Amino acid sequence: MTFVKYGSIALISFVIVAGIAIPLTQSPQSWLEFPVIPGLEEKARNIFFHVPTAWTTVLAFLVSMVYGFRYLRTKNPDYDQKSVISAGLGFMFCILATVTGALWAKFNWGSYWNWDPRQTSIFILLLIYGAYFSLRSAVELEEKRASLSAVYAIVAGLTVPFFIFIMPRMMTGLHPGAQGDSSGGGPLFQSGMMAGNMRVLFYVALVGFNLLYVWLFALRLRIARLEDRQRLRQHRED
Amino acid sequence: MIKQIMAVFSKDVRSELRTRYALNALLMFVVTTVAIILFALRGEHAGPTVLAGMFWVAVFFTAMSGLSRSFVSEEERGTTMTLQLIASPTTVYFGKLLFNVMLTILLVAGVTIVYLAVFPAFEINDMSIFLLTVFLGSLGLASAATIIAAIIAKAGSRGTLYPVLSFPILIVPLMTVMNATVKSLEGTPFSDAMVDFVVLISYVMVMTAGSVLLFDYVWKD
Amino acid sequence: MHAEGVSKKFNRRNVLRDISFALAPGDSLAVTGKNGSGKSTLVKILAGVLSPTSGRVVYEASGSRLSSDEIRPLIGFVSPYLQLYDEFTAVEILDIIARIRSSGAHESARRRMLMEQFNLWDRKDDIVRTYSSGMKQRLKYVVALEHSPSILLLDEPTSNLDEDGINAVRKVVSEYGKSGVLVVATNDAVEAAWCSRQLKVGS
Repeated sequence: MTFVKYGSIALISFVIVAGIAIPLTQSPQSWLEFPVIPGLEEKARNIFFHVPTAWTTVLAFLVSMVYGFRYLRTKNPDYDQKSVISAGLGFMFCILATVTGALWAKFNWGSYWNWDPRQTSIFILLLIYGAYFSLRSAVELEEKRASLSAVYAIVAGLTVPFFIFIMPRMMTGLHPGAQGDSSGGGPLFQSGMMAGNMRVLFYVALVGFNLLYVWLFALRLRIARLEDRQRLRQHRED
Repeated sequence: MIKQIMAVFSKDVRSELRTRYALNALLMFVVTTVAIILFALRGEHAGPTVLAGMFWVAVFFTAMSGLSRSFVSEEERGTTMTLQLIASPTTVYFGKLLFNVMLTILLVAGVTIVYLAVFPAFEINDMSIFLLTVFLGSLGLASAATIIAAIIAKAGSRGTLYPVLSFPILIVPLMTVMNATVKSLEGTPFSDAMVDFVVLISYVMVMTAGSVLLFDYVWKD
Repeated sequence: MHAEGVSKKFNRRNVLRDISFALAPGDSLAVTGKNGSGKSTLVKILAGVLSPTSGRVVYEASGSRLSSDEIRPLIGFVSPYLQLYDEFTAVEILDIIARIRSSGAHESARRRMLMEQFNLWDRKDDIVRTYSSGMKQRLKYVVALEHSPSILLLDEPTSNLDEDGINAVRKVVSEYGKSGVLVVATNDAVEAAWCSRQLKVGS
């Protein structure tokens, strides 16, 4: 875990420094220069923060679903614990992705919110997380709370492919790769507009944020288990 | 199996006819929602996009007021255990799904009639697109609403939570039917609406299959 | 039928801990214990309407394990927690339940026999909401017995019943004591004495 902890700190610090400090030039000569992507310019730096957080949001949701499923199978409360923790972290990353995305949208598309399909998707994901936690707080019996919220997470997960894969292609949108995108080149990656060094830094950011997720997950799990043990001890003393 | 599903369905229909709990509430909700929309528009001329959107807004809120009854009434009266003793979870699920599909179709028919009566601009130019949209939309709405109703019935605060849990899951079918309804009002060629139908059909299949597999965990404590 | 290490927790509090027993046709078991000791919970688990936190309940017939769909028609269950659809008449309820069970033709002779035994035949076309609690309890017996189950699970069998009702229940119980499997959850020593074996739950 120490490796994960310091790894995530080191990688994200590196991305913050490098992602902001490396200058943009029209025709990059060395590894320490980024190319200018038309239409994005300086704003392109946000890709190192916005995309990894969005990615981690989806990952956290999947992890939560998988643990929910395993809970239903085994009725082991530990899986429920893990499922909630992952959902909580996913919620946090979801807010980060929404905020970085909204800022990016303000400076690139003119307003914070445009109901672009991907903005709609992340909004729905926020709603799902919100609904998941309201459901949990409404059920008092632990076992019932665990199985109902696991079922809800899975049902909600069933709709995710629809708005990740289908809606962006059905509706006109502003994100790269959406229908009606003027460059028509698909997502930034395939279009080859990102230079090699940008890609490397992007992957470093991706690994960094995923490690951050893993670290926070382990930390929260430890806290939850300690709290559990304390509660059990109090129970016995009563 | 089909006979048993029909038996659960007919039990719910007869119970509904005797108590009129959901039907009366649904009818009043349709009237109320449409009245609010009329007040909000204040005689302003609304185009097909707005009307199609408002159409499904009315359907969504009405559905949220009535579709949870299917499971909540069993839970409130304590008859859940009786049903568990006499029918398999899958039978119960499909019986309730059928009942909710029927309610939703009735409800959509009601909203359509009211809309045709009060909005002159609500003119259906392509009947086949409209009917198919309304039918598949009802299936989509009912398929998601049924499993959420089962969850809600077992949770504590029932009424308020139902739309909160349902809305994120219903966004996909709602956006699709709104799209397709605009097409039916504008009278675009049938092939243009095919995309929407494919999305709706796959949504219904995914939701129903998922619900059948998960229902057992909700139904049994 | 046998239970293997059945446990149930609510909010991680053990209600039932590691309960095991086996019953064969002709066996009867009385489950006794204080209020809140988990008698009803155990009977619900046996009936298959509640799943145990750990352990399992196995039903076997001629050596092979039965699935939950095969067990359902074999069980008759009476419990104060059980409610009937009270907007219907007694006969309508029995019809509805028989149809959902799809237990074939409604055996009107057996229904009549049971309803007479439990003194409900005169009121068979009345809406159940108008019944007294004792009559509802009698109707639950008719519902539980109409499909001729081979396993009878009774939770507080005589609650709300008058003397006639109790006698009718005793008659049913003595039948099941011979040929079927009978489980009675009760606090009453007299009722517990109906059974050949006793199991005390809770501490």
